[in-house]
Parts: sequence; structure tokens; C-alpha cells
Amino acid sequence: MKTPRDLLEIWPVARQLGGADRLGRGAAVKSKGSRERVARTRTADRVVKSVCPYCAVGCGQNVFVSDERVVQIEGDPDAPHSRGRLCPKGSATLQLTTGSSREEHVLYRRPYATEWERLDLDTAMQMIADRVVETRAEGFEWESEEARVRRCMSIAALGGATLDNEENYLIKKLLTGLGVIQVENQARVCHSSTVVGLGTSFGRGASSTLPGDLQNADLIVLQGSNMAEAHPVAFQWVVEAKRRGATIVHIDPHYSRTSALADLFVPIRAGSDIAFLGGVINHVIQNDLDFREYVVNYTNAPTIIGEAFRDVDAEGLFSGFDPGNGEYNPDSWQYEGAYVEAASGQRDQAGHLEGIPPKSGSAEEEVDRGSASLDLTLQHPRCVWQILKRHFASYTPEVVERVTGCDQRTFAEVCRLFVENSGRERTAAFVHGVGWTQHTIGSQYIRCASILQLLLGNMGRPGGGVMAMRGHASIQGSSDIPTLFDTLPGYIPTPHAHAHQDLDSFVLSNAPDKGFWADMRHYVVSLLKAWWGATATAENDYCFDYLPRLTGSHGTYDTVMAQIGGEVKGYFLFGQNPAVGSANNRMQRLGMSKLDWLVVRDFSLIESATWWKDGPEIESGEMRTEDIATEVFFLPAAAHTEKDGTFTNTQRMVQWHHKAVEPRGDQRSDLWFAYHLGRMIRERLADSDDPRDRPLLDLTWDYPCEGPYADPMAAAVLAEINGYDADGTLLSAYTALKDDGSTACGCWIYCGAYADGVNYTARRTPAGEQNWTCPEWTWAWPANRRILYNRASADPEGRPWSERKKLVWWDEAEQKWTGLDTPDFEATKPPSYRPPEGAKGPAAIAGTDPFIMQADGRGWLFAPAGVADGPLPTHYEPQDSPVRNPMYGRQRNPARQLYIHENNRFHPDPGGPGDEVFPFAVTTYRLTEHFTAGGMSRWTPYLAELQPEFFCEVSPELAGERGLTHGDWATLVSARGAIEARVMVTDRMTPLRHGEQVVHTIGMPYHWGPNGYARGDSMNELSSMALDPSSHIQEVKALTVDIRPGRRPRGPARVALVQEYRRRAGITAETGTERRGAAETGVPS
Amino acid sequence: MSESIWSEVRLVPRDSDPATDTGYEDHPPRLGFFTDTSVCIGCKACEVACKEWNGVPEDGLNWTGRSHDNSIGLSGDTWRHVAFIEQRVAVGIDDGGPLGDGGVELVTGPGNFRRGEDESFRWLMSSDVCKHCTNAACLDVCPTGSLFRTEFGTVVVQADICNGCGYCVPACPYGVLNRREDDGRVFKCTLCYDRLQVGQEPACAKACPTDSIHFGELSELRELAGERVQELQDAGVASARLYGHDPADGVGGDGAFFLLLDEPEVYGLPPDPVVTTRDLPAMWRRVAVAGLGLLAAGSLSFVGARRGAQG
Repeated sequence: MKTPRDLLEIWPVARQLGGADRLGRGAAVKSKGSRERVARTRTADRVVKSVCPYCAVGCGQNVFVSDERVVQIEGDPDAPHSRGRLCPKGSATLQLTTGSSREEHVLYRRPYATEWERLDLDTAMQMIADRVVETRAEGFEWESEEARVRRCMSIAALGGATLDNEENYLIKKLLTGLGVIQVENQARVCHSSTVVGLGTSFGRGASSTLPGDLQNADLIVLQGSNMAEAHPVAFQWVVEAKRRGATIVHIDPHYSRTSALADLFVPIRAGSDIAFLGGVINHVIQNDLDFREYVVNYTNAPTIIGEAFRDVDAEGLFSGFDPGNGEYNPDSWQYEGAYVEAASGQRDQAGHLEGIPPKSGSAEEEVDRGSASLDLTLQHPRCVWQILKRHFASYTPEVVERVTGCDQRTFAEVCRLFVENSGRERTAAFVHGVGWTQHTIGSQYIRCASILQLLLGNMGRPGGGVMAMRGHASIQGSSDIPTLFDTLPGYIPTPHAHAHQDLDSFVLSNAPDKGFWADMRHYVVSLLKAWWGATATAENDYCFDYLPRLTGSHGTYDTVMAQIGGEVKGYFLFGQNPAVGSANNRMQRLGMSKLDWLVVRDFSLIESATWWKDGPEIESGEMRTEDIATEVFFLPAAAHTEKDGTFTNTQRMVQWHHKAVEPRGDQRSDLWFAYHLGRMIRERLADSDDPRDRPLLDLTWDYPCEGPYADPMAAAVLAEINGYDADGTLLSAYTALKDDGSTACGCWIYCGAYADGVNYTARRTPAGEQNWTCPEWTWAWPANRRILYNRASADPEGRPWSERKKLVWWDEAEQKWTGLDTPDFEATKPPSYRPPEGAKGPAAIAGTDPFIMQADGRGWLFAPAGVADGPLPTHYEPQDSPVRNPMYGRQRNPARQLYIHENNRFHPDPGGPGDEVFPFAVTTYRLTEHFTAGGMSRWTPYLAELQPEFFCEVSPELAGERGLTHGDWATLVSARGAIEARVMVTDRMTPLRHGEQVVHTIGMPYHWGPNGYARGDSMNELSSMALDPSSHIQEVKALTVDIRPGRRPRGPARVALVQEYRRRAGITAETGTERRGAAETGVPS
Repeated sequence: MSESIWSEVRLVPRDSDPATDTGYEDHPPRLGFFTDTSVCIGCKACEVACKEWNGVPEDGLNWTGRSHDNSIGLSGDTWRHVAFIEQRVAVGIDDGGPLGDGGVELVTGPGNFRRGEDESFRWLMSSDVCKHCTNAACLDVCPTGSLFRTEFGTVVVQADICNGCGYCVPACPYGVLNRREDDGRVFKCTLCYDRLQVGQEPACAKACPTDSIHFGELSELRELAGERVQELQDAGVASARLYGHDPADGVGGDGAFFLLLDEPEVYGLPPDPVVTTRDLPAMWRRVAVAGLGLLAAGSLSFVGARRGAQG
């Protein structure tokens, strides 16, 4: 009941006359709405701790919930890595998760149907379970080429980098139980080459450091990374470093928002980074500017290589190349008197280890791989230092200028910056992203940076390292707990099909003698126990035989070929959109059109879900919807706010996000999907006595469920990943794992995340209450170490190299390693420790060996194993390049992986006939406002409006040459496709001079596709399936095209235009392949 | 009319505290933004965070080709706007000077990219927002009391009062105020008035990844800004300057001010903004004088007329 006085208060004039605001400009005119509005962050019922679902920076989020609805999502100020900040994508999370763009219901497309229809969720699940059982039965094989494989080749899966670790774990576990090996995710197409490059160089294939450590750097070189755009919140640490006096250099073909904040922007041609970095390496070595004490003690510079090794010849070939199959046999790259295994990359290959027979001829006996010979003076002509010196001697400033287009003066300046900002007192850091990884020689880009950082002594030290910027919320996690074909959890290689492979011979051929990988048997047995529980016993080799076997490359592009070839019949897509995001979109769609069934789990109707009714081939008339037999199930996915689980971010930090609300309609988590699908399939086969079903039926598949939808408890899955002993007690460290079946552990490197029953991934001690490494914010693998190889931050005697750059050190009084970070070393092993004769495993690591995962404890300047295309990085041109390789006879990486198909043709050699048809270089990148293939941004209006259309960036010079008008349209053509884009003429693109040749580069973001709110052509219609052989990543950061004014033709004319270009360029199946031996092998065209 | 009322309508006052001038007693310190454009990465987190918090509608897909700017300017549907300026500058101007010992011809800083013989290139980005003027013309002209001064010294449009008359639109010297097309009413930055009232910073400042947008007490922000300009100039970025920080300027200083790397016009900001109602008091005084004069003349004419009638 209002009193007369209250009523008077409501009347502004009364307030005006009665109060101090007599002019009615302030309090007197404050409206009812203004008075009553209270910030919803204040009135929320609860605040739920979460993690941003977009990129791999993994910013902390606070999710505000009122009346069981999410009402606001903003940055968590306590989070040490993001400090409460969010980029535009993170800031749009509320709209992403609660907006109207998300599908709420299952959609079903019958074979040959022209439209979607609704389907009950349970019916859909039952149908999918039926399809899996049936398709698996048809495609199961026990043997391949006379070797036992026990696998199913008719089903494949793609996606996982946007999922939780627990979800990837169950998907991998279920599919492995089914015998499905073709399991892949975004990690393949984004950073698989980082894993190979870093893993072979240092022992672990993940970023060595954290973005927050960049604030300690004196020099930050961003190369192959558009960090300010792709990882804006992590870029705050670059800004912080700059403020503290660090120099920021951006080396890139494209001037981006990252360049705008750099001190120096160095434009180079796309695909020339190895030449550039090789030039810096040459400068350092020729002038003895390396950090010698570090190099001699911590790297394999003194190691002597066997006599059989031959460095690249004039052709550009190392010893061991087989021109017949285009592959290397790496045996001649080995150490003299020793045989070392790589910690990553090419492992467990067929024929591997044939060079060293077991000592007694029996597989049960240990192999003695010998010990490497060292020359600490670095003078031996076959020591790594001398080999390195000779290999890079041809990377002179003149050559750098000719290959990269960077003038010698600027190049000299970059060299000077590197040298002056490295050493005892100073450190330099590299930041890279997919600008380095997505090349036909991507792994060697990362190797090249690794070599330079080892020479300059920047690894394991504050403000140093190689910061790999990964791109999805949990893409690091989907590499660690891999939905990838070639690894098992914790980077254990997936076994290949060998003649008589049992657990012992598998371990024998993959575990080195020394370092922590020597304990591989502990990790493998514990994994097998986690998956097959009581069934896994010593007597049956812990069910090692249950693991399906590889017979070569089974990556996502192999899957596409197998789809086209009719081998793969069923396909799962988990939050991945290959019809936009993978190279050669047309091949992706052709593959899917040959499937019997396709399951798409996503938020919205992405291009990969709808190609059968509105794809470009439907428009061109090449396909008719009515003719396509593929049955499509669209299942709406739950968002991160609707489920518990962990994401692993780019700094290896495993962060728990709590469920805030229940999902709507048919939306379910992938944990729910994987668990219940597995349950249904197991129910169907429960009575089977077919031995092929044993791995499936013996799986431990009993997770407690909760909530209205019977969601499996993510915490229970994380506990299994962490590992437990025979009593069920959760383990605290991977050093507790055993190979006698008494421990189970789903991913050995995650052991300790749930130590002693405490979920450390949910730990959130505010940034202000701890040092800058923030050891108490969630948990990082391995063993909560934040900067890897940090033993190297101290000198051989265990003292910090300098006070300014101290991180961990040996405490003589306490007889242990201590410091700001968890030591990446055995805590009580003194620097003076020298392994006794014949020592194995961790005991063989000396007190001065910082790279404890390496077979020799040292950082590898020279990779004697693990990298498929050579022990040292070598400059080859991209598959499609406008420039002739001036350094070697081989134009392209001789060991690259190609797919020969009429829809995957390559461009002519530069300098040869037809080379004028595709004269311009292309590079691709992300924009701040969008996310990967667009599924989480093109449907989000607040993001779509910021970058509404696909565009290409060209220099004024190129615009003049080709008559392109700013704001108008251009058509871009390659041998794979033709697309249109709005023309952005900008000084940010610049022509580069290579000797007499001027090369124009066109820049293109790759986020668009024909569906969603913001639409456009997809850049990947132009790209080709040409891969790095070590990692099977595609080359989309450097290619060539033609560009012309105007919109592209519609309908069949679009295809005709591509055909006309091909004819003009004289393109055949042979063009650009030069690997005659491999052409058309086993690949239908 | 009393003397005190006239002093209150003085529209170009001293370096004043607008909350006090509006009659708030024991009010909190004046709050505002200092946007340091030298560390802006053009990410537009401010634009999105603002829209999310305030429920500002998405306003259409319109690719402009103006660098990465597709929101064009501040409007009823865009309360934070990031401008992108691609510039060629002469080598040696507006850069950070030589890079290191050997780099006589290489420069550090914004003009970091040699583009041709004598020219460098740089890309400026800046997040614009309502200036929350000390002397706010919009407030002066609003006939409904929709626009009001808060206890934090900020200027807020109240959607439940605004009748869409639009008087404030031309009154704003910065062109900030605009009507929402399908609604008719005027909307603009409130400096997240609801958040300020519960001690939370505005959504844009909170999100800003590089801390380009500083939020806080205006007096402290002005100090911070002064130090930052000095820091940049010491680092060789001679072009660094402040905009809107000066209480002696034509609007009495802005509650949201900026560090720029070029002339304000380059960023689409008026070089010398003046409160459009500056001359109103004088005009009204003249009107009053004229009115009194007319009244007197009229009165006199009646006097004369009466005399004439008598005569």
C-alpha cells in the first residue's frame, strides 16, 4: 500500500522541488526502471565456475544462473591466465549457449529424402546402435596383408577438440573396443605437426611454456601465429612484456592485428619460414653466437652420428630415401654405437628396429641399444654440431632474401635481436600457431624453431621456450587423450600390424632404454587395465591383442579417400565441420555422399550436416539429393555450461568446468552419447560368442549416472583417467604406475589430476595468492609442471643461469630441486648424479640431463628418429608455389603425402608449362570475430555482424595488376575449385621480391561457408589434400590461385570454369606429383 | 528569479564535479573510462560484451570494406565502436625511432612496417564510446528527463522515459546519440549504470583483453593517462597524446577520454568539441532582455495610446 508520501515521491516534479536536484537533471528524474534495475550478476542465484568453449587459451568464465537459466557469462577475475578478460567470442558465450541458433531436436534424413524429419531421441539412438552393429559386422577384418589387425575399417569418426577430455576418453575407448581405428579430430588438421616437432626435439609434443610466461621474455618472436586475433586474451602477456621493455617481432606473410602491436613486422613469403629460421641458425653457428655451455651439456650437439648418414645432396635428399615409394628409411640417421627411439612422431612403423637384432635373438631379452658417443669439443666431423653447421651453411642472408623476400638488412636485425636477447641474462620466446603447422613440411618448421631455441639456450627457462598456440578449447586434451588414429592416451603409439607382435615386443620396439619413456610398459599395462579391467591379466598379455592394429596412415584424409572408395560406410562427426574446415571441401562432401550413414553432433545445422540438400554439388547438378543414399542423423549437442568435465588448454592446463544448467530438448553431452551408445551396442551383442566382440564386451563400461537424463558422471571418468591401484585408491603420480596389472590408468600423463581423490582440475586459487607460474590454478600435465624442461633453467651444477632468469634450482642444504615451478626432474636427483654402467630408465638420466623424456636426456638438434622427412629441417617449396626452389633440385618435400584423385589435382611446377595460370600465392588465417569453420560464430549474431562476409585481402599493386576494385567481388580459382569473395584492397598485403620475380600474396580467412547467419564461400574449396608425412597435416597456409574481378559463375558453369583452368594449365594426374612410384597407388580416382 | 538558480544553470562552469552540480550530496567519486588506443588490438570484445550485458540488438550484416570496421560508428545499437585506420606515414614520423644499435633504418613502434621507399605503414585501432561529458548538451536539451546525470557523474538515457523526440541527437558534439531505427527511442552507453551501483566495472572494460579500456575514478585515470603518454613518448612514440582529458576544453572534459596516436579527426573524433548548449544562457539572457524591451515598448505604446485617446 503506497502512502501519499510515496506517491509524491513517484512524481518527479515533487522530487525536483523537494530535493537538491532542482533542475531535474539528476536524482529527481531517475525513472522507475533506473531505480529498480539491479545488475543480474548481483541477483543471480549462483555463480558457476567454467571455462570458455572457444579457443585454447581456456579463459576462466563465471556463469551466472537465475531460475535455472544462464543469465550472464563473463570472465573470472581469479583466473591467472585470463585475469577476468574475454575476447569477442568469449564475450558472446551467453548468446552462443542460450541463443536461438542452437537446434533443440533430433533431425533425421532418410536415404534419398529431400528434407529433414523429426525423430525421437531414443529411436535415433537405437537406430544408430543398430547401424554401428551392422556396419561393423560388414567391415570387420582380422587380417590385413597377412598380419593380424582385428579391426573395423567401415566406421570412422571425426571431432573432439571442442569436447571434454572425459568425452574423448569414452569415445576413444568405445571405438577402440569396436575395433575402429579411423578416429580423428581437429588436432590432426591443426597442430599434429607441433606434436611431432616438439616431441622429437624435447620429449613432449606440447607447448613448453605458458602465455603468462611471455611477460618474462626480452624478445618475443611471433611467427606462424596471428596471436592478437586468434588468441586475444593470451596476447595480453605480449602487451605486458612490451610494457616491460621486451621487443616484439612479427614475421608473417600477412599484416594482421598482431603485426599492428609489434615493434617490427617482417613480411615473408608463405611457405618460406624454414629458409628464414635456417638463416638465423646459420648466423648463430657461423659466428659462434650460441649459448655454448647449454649446447654442450643439454643438447645432442656433441653426439656422433653413424658413418652411413649423408646430409642432403644437391637434390635435397638425405640418406635412406627410397624413390620408389617416396619414403625414408631412417636407420642411417642413428647415433654411432647406439639406437635411440623418438619420443614422438614416427614410431612402431613396419620394419622398424630391424637394424638391431635382440642381443640373444629372443624377444624376451632386452635389447641393448648401446650408448651414444660424444665429442664435447664439438670437433668430430660427424658430431651433430658439425653436421648442423654444414647443413645450414647454405642458408646465407642472400639465400634468405631470395627465398623469403625479406631484405638482408631486416634479416640481420632479426638475427641481432635473437642473439642479443639470449644467454644467461636474457631469454627469447617463440610463439607459433597453425601458420607453421599446416604445411607439407610442417613438422620441420617446429623442429627448426626448436633447434634455434636449443642453440640459444632458451628452453626450460622463464621468458623462453616454444609457445604453441592451439586453437580449440580442448585440442591439447584431444591430443593427450587422443581421438587420433596413431596414438593411445598419453602419446603411446598405436600398435602397427607386425608379424608376431605381443606386448613385450611392442614395448621393446618403442620404449627407449633411458628416460621416462623407458617405463612405457607401466603406462601401457595400466591403460589396458583401465579399459579391460579384470579381463586383462598377465596370462593374456593384459588384452594387448584387443587393440586394433594400423597398417599405415589412417588419418582423416585417408578416411575421406576410403569413403570415396566405398570402404568407410558409417561416419560420426563430433563438433567438427570438415565440409568447411578440412582441405578440399569437395572431396569431403564426395566422401560423405558415399556413406550409408552419417551422425552429426553439433549445435546448429553446419555444412557437413546439410550438403546432401544444399551443397555446391547439388547447385551444380553434379549430385541430386534424390540419388544420395546417405542416412543422416543430426543430434543437438549440449554446451559446456550444460555438463561437467575438463578442457585442456594450450598450456597443458586441465581445467574443470561445472555444469550450470540442464540442456534443452534433445540436447545431450557427448559423454551421454558415447556412454549410452556403448551401452546399447553392448546390449545388442551381449550374447555374442564371436571373438571379435570380446574387446567390446570386456570393456569396463560401468559409470555411475545422475540427473534427469542419466548423464554419466564426468568425475568418475576423470578418476579412471587419473588411475587407481588394486584397492581402488586414486593414484597421485605416474611414477606409481606398475606393469604387473596392479594399477589402472586411462592416461598416464594425467595421473595426479585426481590425486588421492581430490579433483585438482577444479582447484581455483586466485592469481593474486600465488607466484606467476600459478601452480594452484587447476592442474597441468605432467605432474603439475608449468614450464617443461625447467631443469635447464639451472646450469649443470644446478644453479640458476642468472638471478634474473631463475626458475628452479638445486637446494644443496635440502638436497632437492626447488623453485617457482614444480621441477621437471626427479626431485632429489642431484646435479652430480651420473648413471652407473648399464643403467636403464629414469636411472639412466644424469643429474645434468634436462630432457627426461628423451632417449639420451638431451634436446635434439638432430633428430635421429621420429621425423619422416629428414633429421634436419630443409627448405622445400609448398606443394603449390609460385617460386622455383633455389636451394635444391627437389621443388617439394620429397617425402610428402599426396592423394591422387581427379578432384584433388595439383598445380604445375613454377618455371614449367602452365605455371602462369595460378600465379599468386595465398595464405589463410583466422579473424578475431570468428571461430574455425564457423559453427560457433557464423550462427552467433553478435559475432556474425562484426565480420558478416567472406573477403580476400590484396595489395594495391595486385589490385592494379588484375583490375580488382575495393569492395567489389573477385573470383578465385585453383585446380580444386572456384569461389568468390569481397575484395579488400589494403596496404597490409605487400608484394615481395624474389630475385627477378615479384610474388603477390592474397590473404583469406577460412571461416565461411554457405550455411548460418553470416554466409560466404569457403576458402577450403581451393585447397588440396597434400600432407606433411610425419603428422599427416594438410597444407593450407601456402597455396596458389588465380584471381579475377567479378562474381563466380553459378551452377554447372562453376565447375566448367575450374575445368577450363585445368585445361589451360595442362594439369594431369601427374602434375605436381613427381613421385611417380606413389601415383594412384591403391587410390580410386 | 533568484541568484542561486542562475548560478545553477551556468552551463560552462569551472572544473566541476557534475554530480555535485546536479545536486547529489555524499556521492561516490566520478567514474569514467580511459581508453589507451596504443594497446588496442581491435578485437571488439568491448562491442560484444556491451551488447551481451545491455541486451543491445544485433543490427544487421553490413560488410563495409572499411578495414575491419563493420559496425561503422556509435549508434543506438552500438554503444562501443572500434575504429580501424590503415595509414601510410612518412618514415621517421610517428614511429618509435631506430630499433637497436644496428637498425638505423628499421623502426620500432606503430609505424613498424616499411611499405615503399619513404613510407611506413601502421594500423590504428580505437574503441570509441559516449564521452559522458562534464557539460552534457544532451542533458541540457532533453525535455522529458529521460537523460539524467547519475551519482557517478555519468550521463544515462532512461528507456522508460524517452519519448523519441530526438532533441539530444543533434545536441551531442560527438554524434554519439542516435535513435534505434525500429524503436524510435535513443540509446547509448550507460557506463553500465546497473553494474556501477553494485560495485562492478562496466562490461566492456572488464572484457578488454589488453586493458586498453581502463575504468575507474576519473581523477586517477587522468593521472594514469599522463604517465602513459610520457612512457610512450619516452619510447619514441612522439605522436602519443590525450584527447578529452582536459577540464578546460569545450565540454568541460570528458568522463571517457582517450590516448590517441594521431589527430582526433583521423579517428573520426571532432578536434575541438564544444557543448552545443554553451551559448544558451547568454541567448536566454538576450531573449529575456529583448522580451523585457518588447514588454516595455508595448507598455509605453499603451501609455502613448491612452494619452492619444485622451488627446
